[in-house]
Amino acid sequence: MEILPALGQGFGVALEPQNLLLALIGCFAGTVIGALPGIGPTNGIAILIPLAFSLSLSPVAAMILLTSVYYGTMFGGRISSILLNIPGDAPAVMTCLDGYPMARQGRAADALAISAISSFLGGTLATIGLTLSAPLLAQAAIHFGPAEYFALYIMAVVAVSGVGSANPAKMLLSGLVGLALATIGLDPASGVPRYTFDSFELYDGIDFVVAAVGLFAISEFLLFIEQRGSGTEAKRLPVGRIGTAFHRMIYPMVTLRASLLGFIIGVLPGAGATMASFLSYTLEKRISDKEGTFGRGDPRGVAAPEAADNAAAGGNLVPMLTLGIPGSGTTAIMLGMLVTLNIQPGPLLFERQPELVWGLVASLYVSNVILLVLNIPLVGIFARLLTVPPRYLMPVIVVVSFMGVYTVSNSAFDLLLMAAFGVLGYGMRKMGFSLVPMVLGMLLGGPMEQSLRRALQASGGQVSILIASPLSIGLHLTTLGVVVLAIFLEIRRRRRLHRPVAPAEVA
Amino acid sequence: MRKGGRLARAGGLIAVVTLLASFASPRVECLAPGGPGSGWDFTCRTVGRLLQEIGIVDRPVQVINMPGGIGAVAFSHVAENRSRDAGLLVATSTVGITQIAQRRYPGDADRMRWVAMLGADIGVVLVRPDSPYRTLNDLFAALKADPTAVVTGGTSGAGGYDHLRLLLLARAAGMSTEELRRIRWVQFDGGTAVPQLIGGHVGVISLDIGEISGFVEAGQVRALGVLSDARLPPPFAALPTAREQGLDVVGINWRGFYTGGRVADAAYTAMVDSLNRLYESDKWQQAMRQHGLQAIWRGGPEFEAFVRQHIAQLRGLSQELGVIR
Repeated sequence: MEILPALGQGFGVALEPQNLLLALIGCFAGTVIGALPGIGPTNGIAILIPLAFSLSLSPVAAMILLTSVYYGTMFGGRISSILLNIPGDAPAVMTCLDGYPMARQGRAADALAISAISSFLGGTLATIGLTLSAPLLAQAAIHFGPAEYFALYIMAVVAVSGVGSANPAKMLLSGLVGLALATIGLDPASGVPRYTFDSFELYDGIDFVVAAVGLFAISEFLLFIEQRGSGTEAKRLPVGRIGTAFHRMIYPMVTLRASLLGFIIGVLPGAGATMASFLSYTLEKRISDKEGTFGRGDPRGVAAPEAADNAAAGGNLVPMLTLGIPGSGTTAIMLGMLVTLNIQPGPLLFERQPELVWGLVASLYVSNVILLVLNIPLVGIFARLLTVPPRYLMPVIVVVSFMGVYTVSNSAFDLLLMAAFGVLGYGMRKMGFSLVPMVLGMLLGGPMEQSLRRALQASGGQVSILIASPLSIGLHLTTLGVVVLAIFLEIRRRRRLHRPVAPAEVA
Repeated sequence: MRKGGRLARAGGLIAVVTLLASFASPRVECLAPGGPGSGWDFTCRTVGRLLQEIGIVDRPVQVINMPGGIGAVAFSHVAENRSRDAGLLVATSTVGITQIAQRRYPGDADRMRWVAMLGADIGVVLVRPDSPYRTLNDLFAALKADPTAVVTGGTSGAGGYDHLRLLLLARAAGMSTEELRRIRWVQFDGGTAVPQLIGGHVGVISLDIGEISGFVEAGQVRALGVLSDARLPPPFAALPTAREQGLDVVGINWRGFYTGGRVADAAYTAMVDSLNRLYESDKWQQAMRQHGLQAIWRGGPEFEAFVRQHIAQLRGLSQELGVIR
């Protein structure tokens, strides 16, 4: 099929007034949903599906609404990360690392603008990738078997273990606790409960959202109470205006690298936006962090994960549209919606429903533009959130967090669990542990273990299956390369530190 | 004691009245023991939407998600807190029944009243188009010669329903319990099993045909057999059943509902009738076709008996295989 005429027709569909309006509504709703802690894209879309039915939208219109919400949440998740150090959804965890320090330095508006621009670029690049190569990519993804997935997860864990605090022992401990927590629940391979203490609430393991909101939002609240108690009211942050020229907020190489990585990871079913943002941040840190500014408000540390998670959202649609396979919870819901609207997703979708597919693809371009246009003027308004005194803002955040978690699971147990994670997060932060490796361990531990188990089940326990394909060997070699490079850089850095300082360098 | 009895009777009467009223007008709740996007969520939302569209209820059916323990959380919640609640439907399926059969719920089937099943997804055994196996008998002949000859997989864990129905076929084909245990089984997350098969990471998969029907139609996978009573309607009319190939196994993943164990008879009957009206409607039949499901009805006492028999069968096989003691 000719791509350009088909896409042209798609734009005809996407630019119909009704569809344009739906995209606008979806983008706005998505941004808000993404910004609220505890409610991520999956639940946001689940909440909006009844709306799509009650408006009796056509399949194209309904999908445009849902995908614009999806893209919108990817945009919105960063807002509370930057302003409050509380990730709005899982992929936005990495945006906290440099976004929040930027806000503390009075550059909140810059950080918001940079993240919006990077999100736009990442999303648009991914949509271009989707347009050009969707069927091809879907075929490539098929080569990823359990052993290859395992290699990929190993790479993620190793690469990311370099993020966060300076103390490697504490980081390792934090990451290992995360991995340990990931084993709680029913073992998916055999159905045997592990560490559940006969509580059915723990059978599905610890919900990542519950843990993340607890660790970040509740611990932030506890820290706030403590500071207030000691008499020093948390200092009001300067709002700042966008202080950088527009073209200087684009980091072409950073965005390109992150988008490419994000898109590829998004295409692989099961990997998703969170892994994309984690990996791209660490990649960028390895490549560009020459002065050690990452983690202290480096704009590139905001640009990379934001570009990557939006690119991953685009990549995620590839297996959904070409194979009818959900790559994530969000696309699973969208698929269910398609089926309900009498459209059978699967390998024949492109042939049977070209106007739907290309209308949807075109609307992705449109949504990205809308989100950028919507978000840049709103930067000032969002940043003004910081002028609300924390003693009013923090309780609201906590209430929203609890409500967000409860709407998803209807479980009081999850609320207690979230509070417990808040206390844990508070303790860890007081003792100088970074929360990120733990969150990462919880997130990657389950799928990493599962892919290892699957590989070994298929081979009858022979470990050699892990390095049986060129693809997995390549991935393992890359991982090894990352480790060697990290050691090499560390040695060089130490040598430099120990070298007597030349007078010129002091000046 | 007498006073308590009278109170209970009065309570029962009130329950019946509120329930009759509730099915006539106020709210019906559907409890989905999985998260948004899960199969049980889909069951609740489809049934909820159509109950209102057809006019069986006049207020929207409220869908509540209560994920956890493959339905165990919802089961224990209903048993403990809502066993008399006449306006409550809880979605379940063969997956939930398998959990009960393997004693993974807090209680047995008699803790609940089983209302009805309205449809079923049909089991199917798939291979790649270039696979040497053309019939189920080819496959099991190879597995009998060497149980590790081909790696099998599906969307449930070892001992789950996808696994059990493949083993039921293998046993019907004459494999011994010892051989059954040696067959390799890999669990994949829903939806990813087919690409793993196409990619060559596993040789045979056993799952439901509904969500993967597109791959069968596109010729990207070959169906060795469907596990229904008789051949499926088009576009799957060409697929042979297991029975035709001499393996007397039916493996359907039905979708249905239970309600609290102490719901009064009148209310229970009203529920069964409401769902039967839904089942008879064109809209339901159409919804089933769209989703690749087969409309199959069993309601009331007949369904109760069916559930018990199904549990007994699965429990027996699980014990034999050593999945449970």
